[in-house]
Amino acid sequence: MEKTKNVLIAGVGGQGVILSSDIMSQAAVNSSCDVKKSEIHGMSQRGGSVSSHIRFGEKVHSPVISSGTADIIISMEEMETLRWLDHASGETLVVVLANRILPANVKNYPGNIRELLEKKVKNLFVIEPAGLLDIVKVKKIINSAVLGAVSAFLPFGDDAWEKAFEELCPAGTADKNKAAFFQGKAVKREVQK
Amino acid sequence: MNKHSKKLFLSGNEAVALGAYEAGCSVGTGYPGTPSTEIIENFKNYKGVYAEWSVNEKVALEIAIGSSFSGARTIVTMKHVGLNVAADPLFTLSYTGVKGGLVIAVADDPGMHSSQNEQDSRHYARAAKMPVLEPSDSAEARDFTKLAFEISEKYGTPVILRMTTRTSHAKSIVESGSALSPEKPEGFLRDIPRYVMIPAFARKRRVALEERLSLISAYSAETGINKTEMRDEATGIITSGAVYNYVREALPSASILKLAVSWPFPDKKIREFAGAVKKLYVVEELDPFIEDQVKALGINVTGKEIIPSVGELSPDIIRKAFSLKLSPGLKAVTDIPPRPPSLCPGCPHRAVFEILRDMKITVAGDIGCYSLGAIPPYSSMDTLIDMGSGIGLAQGMEIVSPGDERVAVIGDSTFAHSGVSSLMSASYNGRGTVVIVLDNGTTAMTGMQPNPFSGSRITGAETAVLDYGFLAKAVGIGDDNFAVVDAYKPEEIKGFIKKMLSSRKLSLLVVKGLCVVLKRKVSKNGKN
Repeated sequence: MEKTKNVLIAGVGGQGVILSSDIMSQAAVNSSCDVKKSEIHGMSQRGGSVSSHIRFGEKVHSPVISSGTADIIISMEEMETLRWLDHASGETLVVVLANRILPANVKNYPGNIRELLEKKVKNLFVIEPAGLLDIVKVKKIINSAVLGAVSAFLPFGDDAWEKAFEELCPAGTADKNKAAFFQGKAVKREVQK
Repeated sequence: MNKHSKKLFLSGNEAVALGAYEAGCSVGTGYPGTPSTEIIENFKNYKGVYAEWSVNEKVALEIAIGSSFSGARTIVTMKHVGLNVAADPLFTLSYTGVKGGLVIAVADDPGMHSSQNEQDSRHYARAAKMPVLEPSDSAEARDFTKLAFEISEKYGTPVILRMTTRTSHAKSIVESGSALSPEKPEGFLRDIPRYVMIPAFARKRRVALEERLSLISAYSAETGINKTEMRDEATGIITSGAVYNYVREALPSASILKLAVSWPFPDKKIREFAGAVKKLYVVEELDPFIEDQVKALGINVTGKEIIPSVGELSPDIIRKAFSLKLSPGLKAVTDIPPRPPSLCPGCPHRAVFEILRDMKITVAGDIGCYSLGAIPPYSSMDTLIDMGSGIGLAQGMEIVSPGDERVAVIGDSTFAHSGVSSLMSASYNGRGTVVIVLDNGTTAMTGMQPNPFSGSRITGAETAVLDYGFLAKAVGIGDDNFAVVDAYKPEEIKGFIKKMLSSRKLSLLVVKGLCVVLKRKVSKNGKN
C-alpha cells in the first residue's frame, strides 16, 4: 500500500458512529495495515455532531485527517455530511445514509440539503435508509449494512471484516451484523441513487 | 514481535491500563474526568488488581501514596483540572518520594473538547519537581507507563504520565507483552523522618529531592527515549507527545528531536541537536514549556511566534505555520443549523432548568451534564468554575447582595467530590444558601461511573449509600429546609424551591431522577 487512506465517518451522537469506525479500523488491523483512529468523546457526544477519523496504510503518523485529503466520507445523517466537506476533495467518495435528524431547538429540517450535496459532491452515493431497512429489517444493524456497501471501495477481504464483527459486536449480535454487512454489500447498486 | 505477543488496537487510555498491568501495578485509583476516565475503567478488568473510583482526585492521590508507601506499584488517574485538586499532596509527595512505583496519569484537553480550561499539566512536573513522560501514541502510552514505573522505583520519585485528548482517545496498534506478577508488597514500614513532613524532616527531604532531581536530569540527558531523528538538517524541530505525529505528517523531511521526558530537561541533547540543524523550531501544543527552556539555554529558536498557544494543533495548523500549501478541499457548508450537545431527550433534570429559567433567578452552576443548562433553550446557569464551585460562589454572592434570590445547582457526583465541604462552610458561616442537588444516580457526563450516592462501586459491588438526610442534619439543616423530590414532579420542585428561598435558611433540595442513558442500559441488561 503506497499511500495512507483516509476515511471519515460522521453522524450524530447515539447513531453508532464510534462502533462502526471501530469495526472498520479492526478490519484494517486484520488486513495487516498500520491503523490510527481518532474521535472526541465526552460532552460533544450528548446529541451533538460526531466524527471519527480512520487512517490506514504502511505507516500512519497523524490520527487526524487533514483538510481535503479524505478518500471516503461516510455520513449517517444527511445534513451532517455538509459539515465535514472541508475534509473532502473533488475526488472523495461521499456515502450518505440519508437519515434526517433534527438538531435540538430546530423546528424544520432544511429543505435544500440534498440539492447542496448534489451540487458540491461529484462522487456521491446516497443510501435511502427506508430502502436499506426493507432489506436488513432491523434498524440497529443498519450501520453494518452501510459498511457492507462501502466495503467495495476498501481493500479489506471478507475474512478481515467478519473477524472484526466477531471481535467487536456486543455479545450475541455478531451474526446479525455480519448478515447485514453482506446484505449491504450485495445490494449496493440497487440502493445507489 | 515475539510469539506470545498479540496485535491489539487500543486507545491510549486502554494502553496505559495495559502498561500498568504489565508493569505489575496492583492498585489503581482515580476520579472520572474526560479524557482520562477509561484508564481506570480498563485497569479494573485485569486479574488480581485493585481499582477504585475515589471521591475526588486529592483523595485518590492520597490513597495512591499510602499504597505506594506500603510497597505496591500504584497508578492514579485524573484529568488536567483534577490535578489541581490533587496538587496539595502532589507537591509534598516529591519530598517523601515513593516506595512502590507511583505513576500519576493526567490527561490534558487541548481544545477544551470537554473541559472548562486548557491548562498545560507539564508545568506541574517542574513546579512539583518530578519527571514527566509524554507518549505520542498508544504503543508509547503502554511502553512509557511501564518505563514510568521503572523510573519511579529506580529514583524513588513519583512520575507524571502526561496524556492529551489525542493520545488518550486516539487508537493505534499495540503489541501486548508479558505481565510481571506483582510481588507481594512488604507493607508499610515506619520511617518517620522520611514520611512525616514536619519542617525539621521536610528540610532534609528538600535537600534529598534536589539530589534526586540531578540524577533524573542525568537520566533525561542520556536516555534514548529522548530521540533524535536526523533527516534534512535545514530544519530541526523539537516536539513531544501527539504533536510529534503531526510534525511527521506536515514536515516529513524535517529533523526531529522528540522529547519523551520533557522535564527534567535534557540540556545536552538540546544543545547537540541545535548545533546539528540550520534553523531550530519548537512545535508544541498549549504553553511554550519546552521553548522557554530552550531559550533559557541561550539558544535561538522559533516557536510560539508561528505556532498557536490556543487550542489543539493539527498537521494543517503546522503546515500553515510553515507557509506550506494545504490540500485543496471542498468548502464545508456552514450556514446549516448547528448541532451542539444538549441535555438528552427525556433527561429527568430538564424540568429543573425550565423552572429556574421561568423563575429568572441567579443559578450558581457546577460541572456535569447539567452545565448544558447554560445554553438554550434554558440559558439558566450563571456561573461554572470548577468541581463543587457553585455552593461557594452562591455564598459569596449572598455576602455581597443578601437581598437577591439565588440557588446553587450541583450533580450528585460533584456534590460528593467537593460540594459537601462548601455546604459545611455555609452552615458554619450562617449562610442561607439554597442548594439543589440533581441526583441522576451516576456520574453521567464521563460515561456512567458509580459514586458515593449511587450504592455501587466500580466493580459493581454494592456499597453504602451516602445519606442526604443525615448530611443535612449534620450541617444543621432543619426538616423544613430539606427535601428529596421526584424529578418528574415539577410542581413539587417549584414549591420547594420557593419555600426554601423565602425561608432565607441554608437548604438542601435533592431532585432525584435516574439518568435516561443509564436507565436504557439497565433495562437492556435486565432483559439479557
